[in-house]
Amino acid sequence: MALEQLKSDNDVIAAIATPPGTSGIGKVRLSGAEALEIADKIFVSPKEINLTEVVSHTINYGFIQNLKGKKIDEVLALVMRAPKSFTRENTVEFDCHGGMLPLKGVLQAALAAGARMAEPGEFTRRAFLNGRIDLIQAEGIIDLINSKSSKSREIALQQLQGRLSEHINKIRQQLLDISTAVEASIDFPEDEIPDFTFSELEHKLMSIKEELEELIASSKTGRFYQEGIDTVIVGKPNVGKSSLLNYFLDEERAIVTQVPGTTRDVISELITISGLPLRIIDTAGIRKTDDQVEKIGVKKSQDSLKTADLVLFMLDVSQGITEEDKEIYNLVKDKPLIILINKTDLSVDLAAEDIKRQFSEDQLVFISVKEERGLKQLKEKIYSLIMDGKTAADYEYLITRMRHLKALQNSQESLERAISAWQAGISTDLFAIDLREALIALGEITGETVTEDIIDKIFAEFCIGK
Amino acid sequence: MSRYNYKDEYPKKYDIIVVGAGHAGCEASLAAARMGCQTLTLTVNLDHVAFMPCNPSLGGPGKSHIVREIDALGGEMALNIDATMTQIRMLNTSKGPAVHGLRAQADKERYHEKMKQTLEEQANLDLKQDVVEELVVEEGRVKGVITKTGLFFRGQKVILTTGTFLKAQVIIGEATYNSGPNQQYPANELSKSLKRLGFELLRFKTGTPPRINGNSIDFSALKEQQGESGLSFSFLSSPLEEEQDSCWLTYSNPKTHQIIKENEDRTPLFSGEIEGVGPRYCPSIEDKVKRFPEKERHQFFLEPEGKNTREYYLSGFSTSLPLDIQIKILRTLTGMEEAEIMRPGYAIEYDCVASGQFDSTLETKQVAGLYTAGQINGTSGYEEAAGQGLLAGINAALTLKDKEPLILKRSEAYIGVLIDELVTKEPKEPYRMMTSRAEYRLLLRQDNADLRLTPKGREVGLVKDKRWNHFQNKRQELEEAKKFLQNNRVTPTKEVRQQLQQYDSGSLNQPATLEELLRRPEISYQDLAAFSAELPDCSGEVARQLEIATKYKGYIDRQLQQVKKFKNMENKTLPKYLDYQNMDNLRQEAREKLSKIQPHSVGQASRIPGVSPADIQVLLIYLEKKRRSKEGQDD
Repeated sequence: MALEQLKSDNDVIAAIATPPGTSGIGKVRLSGAEALEIADKIFVSPKEINLTEVVSHTINYGFIQNLKGKKIDEVLALVMRAPKSFTRENTVEFDCHGGMLPLKGVLQAALAAGARMAEPGEFTRRAFLNGRIDLIQAEGIIDLINSKSSKSREIALQQLQGRLSEHINKIRQQLLDISTAVEASIDFPEDEIPDFTFSELEHKLMSIKEELEELIASSKTGRFYQEGIDTVIVGKPNVGKSSLLNYFLDEERAIVTQVPGTTRDVISELITISGLPLRIIDTAGIRKTDDQVEKIGVKKSQDSLKTADLVLFMLDVSQGITEEDKEIYNLVKDKPLIILINKTDLSVDLAAEDIKRQFSEDQLVFISVKEERGLKQLKEKIYSLIMDGKTAADYEYLITRMRHLKALQNSQESLERAISAWQAGISTDLFAIDLREALIALGEITGETVTEDIIDKIFAEFCIGK
Repeated sequence: MSRYNYKDEYPKKYDIIVVGAGHAGCEASLAAARMGCQTLTLTVNLDHVAFMPCNPSLGGPGKSHIVREIDALGGEMALNIDATMTQIRMLNTSKGPAVHGLRAQADKERYHEKMKQTLEEQANLDLKQDVVEELVVEEGRVKGVITKTGLFFRGQKVILTTGTFLKAQVIIGEATYNSGPNQQYPANELSKSLKRLGFELLRFKTGTPPRINGNSIDFSALKEQQGESGLSFSFLSSPLEEEQDSCWLTYSNPKTHQIIKENEDRTPLFSGEIEGVGPRYCPSIEDKVKRFPEKERHQFFLEPEGKNTREYYLSGFSTSLPLDIQIKILRTLTGMEEAEIMRPGYAIEYDCVASGQFDSTLETKQVAGLYTAGQINGTSGYEEAAGQGLLAGINAALTLKDKEPLILKRSEAYIGVLIDELVTKEPKEPYRMMTSRAEYRLLLRQDNADLRLTPKGREVGLVKDKRWNHFQNKRQELEEAKKFLQNNRVTPTKEVRQQLQQYDSGSLNQPATLEELLRRPEISYQDLAAFSAELPDCSGEVARQLEIATKYKGYIDRQLQQVKKFKNMENKTLPKYLDYQNMDNLRQEAREKLSKIQPHSVGQASRIPGVSPADIQVLLIYLEKKRRSKEGQDD
């Protein structure tokens, strides 16, 4: 492990350094001893400038082209020579146009030219190892990247444009109204604070809870757009998995990139089907084996299966359903599943009939990768299975961040506790705690604090005073 | 000393001088003297020691919590009100133990007399009448005070508890005049002295309603509000047994509101006459009518001012309207048709010290050894003032003994919440305590104030043996009963099931501890006696404590978890006078805020508006670097 790390710390690493999502500009960063050399391989300057020769901390105009000579984006290249950079290594930052396409294209070109995809937090780790920052700072930065805190305010502002933030704020206001009335009645028991009736409050809380649930439901779709649908292709050898993958890769050439899985070490390919990103996870095989090396691969594949959003199970129509197929099917049958019947070009109607009897018909798609038949139906099937037949445009708002989802879930859980506390007739001081926790959780998304808001509202809405 | 003018130096040298003998001043003085410091208390008027210029009452949610905390720490307020109250009630009884709040009517005159007497009889304490006009400061350190009579009193520490007296201005309609509350002598020179020392002063406003002669009120038309038996503030007092006085409710009506609207041009609040910022929780009647035009009536309480007077305080009717209008609107209220005003309502403006000028021990940053407490720090309320006075007295005394200061955490006391907010936030109005300000409200109950704070009071030397023994007995009783509940089981026999049925409680299928039974909302501690003959015979107070701790355990544990989560940050103390301006990587706003406020812990720094989590990371790095370099030196 140590040796591995040592080796990898000598690599030039590259990553998209700006948060995902649509924005005006984006940044791809390269760092490592050979960063300038690798950058030069893909950077073309109209003035024929070489980044290896320019003065440190200069900005240079040019284009990125891939190794085949195709222009990908117009960029500004910022060169920072060691040790005057964040990592204390030679660093190049390409300011690109925003949007995932150009950014991924530039990253892809850098990777093809010899850089390695950076692991999460690796730039910070290097900064720490090279004495640029201390451990606490390094941890702090990583915490900041990962944590709630009021960094959330900044991210929230960037991310929750328009409708989503409006919507969450609306829910939050309703909750704040209730909390305000409850708190006012606690702190000013001798003033005339109108009381909620039992059913009135219960009704209000329920309707807020429903709105939260709706939002949470939308988050699945949102996450698919943001991070891709984790898709595993399974099937016995030679049923056509690779050709299917190659077909997708071919079609989407410009935006194919190798990215490491976020939660595991399985290498995946990111492809886009009509705007919907699929993260296709390469499975080494999922069956039992005695081979030690293969075992590791099998373990990883099975792990991928566990977290997969979608499983494409491929059958070779010409072979009918074999024992091996059944074994695989049993492993994946409870997942969101599409069964691909490949090689229909070989037209074996009998086997097809048999397959139709064995599986539910709406899971089936008959294709021929070779003749590019049935692939449109496959895309439609993916949409209808995963997205309930909706596209992004059909949603009023989408939750795209895990952090937001977590906050919404926390809020909803607190609210549920509040409702059952209220129904059980638990005292107001306890009920108020659940309400407040629900509010705090929502505030983590919108970046607002609770106490002052409640107190301001108490004074604004109730006539209080001795 | 040459730049100071005084005729004579008083021969006795004091450890601590307290300027003011209101609610903050009295607590500060008593704490200092009881902790063994030679203490001088100077007041403008000895007949107004612990005077109540506004409500003749103490308590309410949040405020009564503070009174109980003062008591738990060894302060005087609770004992004083218990001895002089004419009515007491428990508020919020239907809303759960965390927000129960006592509220008592004081006999205003007796309250003052009793407190004055306590100060007079206190060893190490000199109580004198004189007006402090100047602070004597040398090389940034306070040396004493000079009074109007030209005397220089030398003291190592000075605690300012000037209430609303600094450059006080009373406003009644078109009439304004320089005066402290209730026609008292205002402290104009002291305000100037503070300015000369570089203090930034804010202008706040508060107000009080008219006092009515009870003989002119038709009580038969009013709703009566009686006191309750079995209640007292102090952990050491027994409940009030005397016959209690009543309060009375009356209401305004559209006619009242009409008159107020018609006279808007004569309302100082809207004509620009009043520039001070008033509290939103205590609006004047003219403000209420303007801000809530849809309200058809407003509610007012008539509170008796004492046993030996017929004066009534008309709570909710605070006003600075001209006296002729005050009389007109007053007489539109139910039962007040022939009411006679004895003292008019008025607004009062005063100087206070803007936040950021004192730290969590309440010592000012500009002048070492100078402390501020109470309304001068931008708060409102007798209880809030007393809580600060107590802590200022304790901390001034602790420093003289070279001991660590007492800083109460937000998870430990309302007084901790109060001081933390005064230190970190710019007050926009006089600050009043409310339970909703406390994020650990369930932990900061009034029933457990002694468990939270009496050991701390003992440690600083303020809790004397009587209170300490009482507390230890209670704690022991509690521990033993708790163990008993945990160690004794009930098996689901036929008798047990029948008994449970009697209590309307669900059946039992497997053996359970008594503690588990007590968790059921319908089962009280006393009920457990039916299941266990040896159940310890606890006092009502201890039984109640056990019930709360057991029944609310789930919620209490959740709050304790929260406290634990932030404990590291709260315990990381920051050195005094850190040079934030030259600390790399801090954002400019954070630099300014941190330099100004000088928080005592990283936790406190994180609560300052304008300090971001990234700035906190920078602070943590700084602390770590310092720690490492110190370790390096030690090696």
